[in-house]
Amino acid sequence: MTKDELKIKFESLQEGLSFEEGTEWLTINIVPEEFKNFALLLRNNNELHFDYLFCLTGVDWKTHLSVVYHFSSTVFRHEVVIKVKIEKANPIVDTVCDIWRTAEFHEREAYDLLGVEFVGHPDLRRLFLTPDHEGFPLRKDYEDPINMIKL
Amino acid sequence: MLEELGTNDQGDMIINIGPQHPSTHGVLHLVITLNGETIKKVEPHIGYIHRSIEKMCESLSYRQFIYVTSRMDYLSSHINNHGCALCVEKGLQIEIPSRAQVIRVLMDELTRLASHLLWWGALAMDLGAFTPFFYSFREREMINELMEDTCGARLTMNYIVPGGVMMDLHPDFQRKVKEFLRLFKSKIHEYDDLVTGNIIFQNRTKGVGYISKEDAISFGCTGPTGRGSGLSCDIRKLYPYSIYEQLQFDEVIETDGDSWARYKVRVGEMVQSMRIIEQLIDNIPEGDFQAKTKAVLKLPKGDFYTRVETARGELGVYIVSEGGSTPYRIKFRSPGFSNLSALDHMSRGGKIGDLMATMGTLDLVIPDIDR
Repeated sequence: MTKDELKIKFESLQEGLSFEEGTEWLTINIVPEEFKNFALLLRNNNELHFDYLFCLTGVDWKTHLSVVYHFSSTVFRHEVVIKVKIEKANPIVDTVCDIWRTAEFHEREAYDLLGVEFVGHPDLRRLFLTPDHEGFPLRKDYEDPINMIKL
Repeated sequence: MLEELGTNDQGDMIINIGPQHPSTHGVLHLVITLNGETIKKVEPHIGYIHRSIEKMCESLSYRQFIYVTSRMDYLSSHINNHGCALCVEKGLQIEIPSRAQVIRVLMDELTRLASHLLWWGALAMDLGAFTPFFYSFREREMINELMEDTCGARLTMNYIVPGGVMMDLHPDFQRKVKEFLRLFKSKIHEYDDLVTGNIIFQNRTKGVGYISKEDAISFGCTGPTGRGSGLSCDIRKLYPYSIYEQLQFDEVIETDGDSWARYKVRVGEMVQSMRIIEQLIDNIPEGDFQAKTKAVLKLPKGDFYTRVETARGELGVYIVSEGGSTPYRIKFRSPGFSNLSALDHMSRGGKIGDLMATMGTLDLVIPDIDR
């Protein structure tokens, strides 16, 4: 499906979705409470069939965090981007690693570097950094006076 | 760490491979739970070469950050640079001169050949055959030399930049590439005689490290790992970038999903890369090698995502821009990272001796995973 067809399809499936304008792929903003059900819809709807999660990451927007999911379908070759806005003080979002296995590593990375907590993840530990590391480096307020060089 | 040594309460043996081990090709640490010889679980511990490239990029300009990306997948550095340059160009909406397009694709395919050659020699060495390593390095050296002439470097090229390429081709480039192709065409049969047709090699890879197509999609396996399981995932074919749409080449797909299938995909890809280089080497258009760009590049506000096919699979470059001269956030979706996450699934129930064949055909480059 093209971007416009996808948009019509999503609007028919769920009311009140908030779409982002001016993006390459259809981008939908979702609140964390609705995300898990929406993810199941993406994977299980026969006309959508988003079986391939090709990128999972997070962005620190200073006031809040957002987790960005890039989905694609290996059958229909269409893409969708889902953005989940979460609070910095309470960075909680449901895991999707029971739906897409690749999320297991990607969510650990997002937890390690941005401090996003994925509820239901079987093994949420730091991935790159040592277990005793303090702070989340990809957050904008992270300070490391020894290793970071300010230009 | 101590409880990870020795045995656990079920009497299974727990052994560590790496971080320093010749077969992991870098600083990868695997904690393996074994029942006798059978693998119950493989747990990769990564991050030994984590340089926080994504954080570093946030303070580098759109011209500077390309240099860091050569250090991710150092065997596909041209293709990493290409992906980043494409992402910046997508944001700036600049047209690239056709000469630069052709040079970029030529470099990409030569890099893919060099990378697969290294993989081929290293895989045979992992499985106990030492000679192929020298054969493949002999040919790879020719590519490295002609890269050195043009780019001034042998591994970390930093040659493809936003707007085109850094400098024009060396006068000897075409002659040397043709010389390489002539030699390599006669040598690739030797490779088949040495390794592909070798019954010991076949027995060690057939049925080893199996992953089904559904699992390959779920784990996000791309590149030869995905294509070995029958998944059509070549970005050059599915989402053509640069001039790949105009070129004649086949996507190599095997359906067995084992190490042998992944081996055949990579060997087949070497032949396809040669086909692409042959089509282009006599048809490099004249003209500029770089488009005119502003001194300071500023991407408009928004998200930009490009994907390219490296020697290992799909590399995604995700730039979030706030309109400034540096990216607000950069994410590299590296192919090796997702492929490694499937290692546990692939090797469970197999023998520890087969783990090297599985890992070898995943073609892991650790700096690409750790970033």
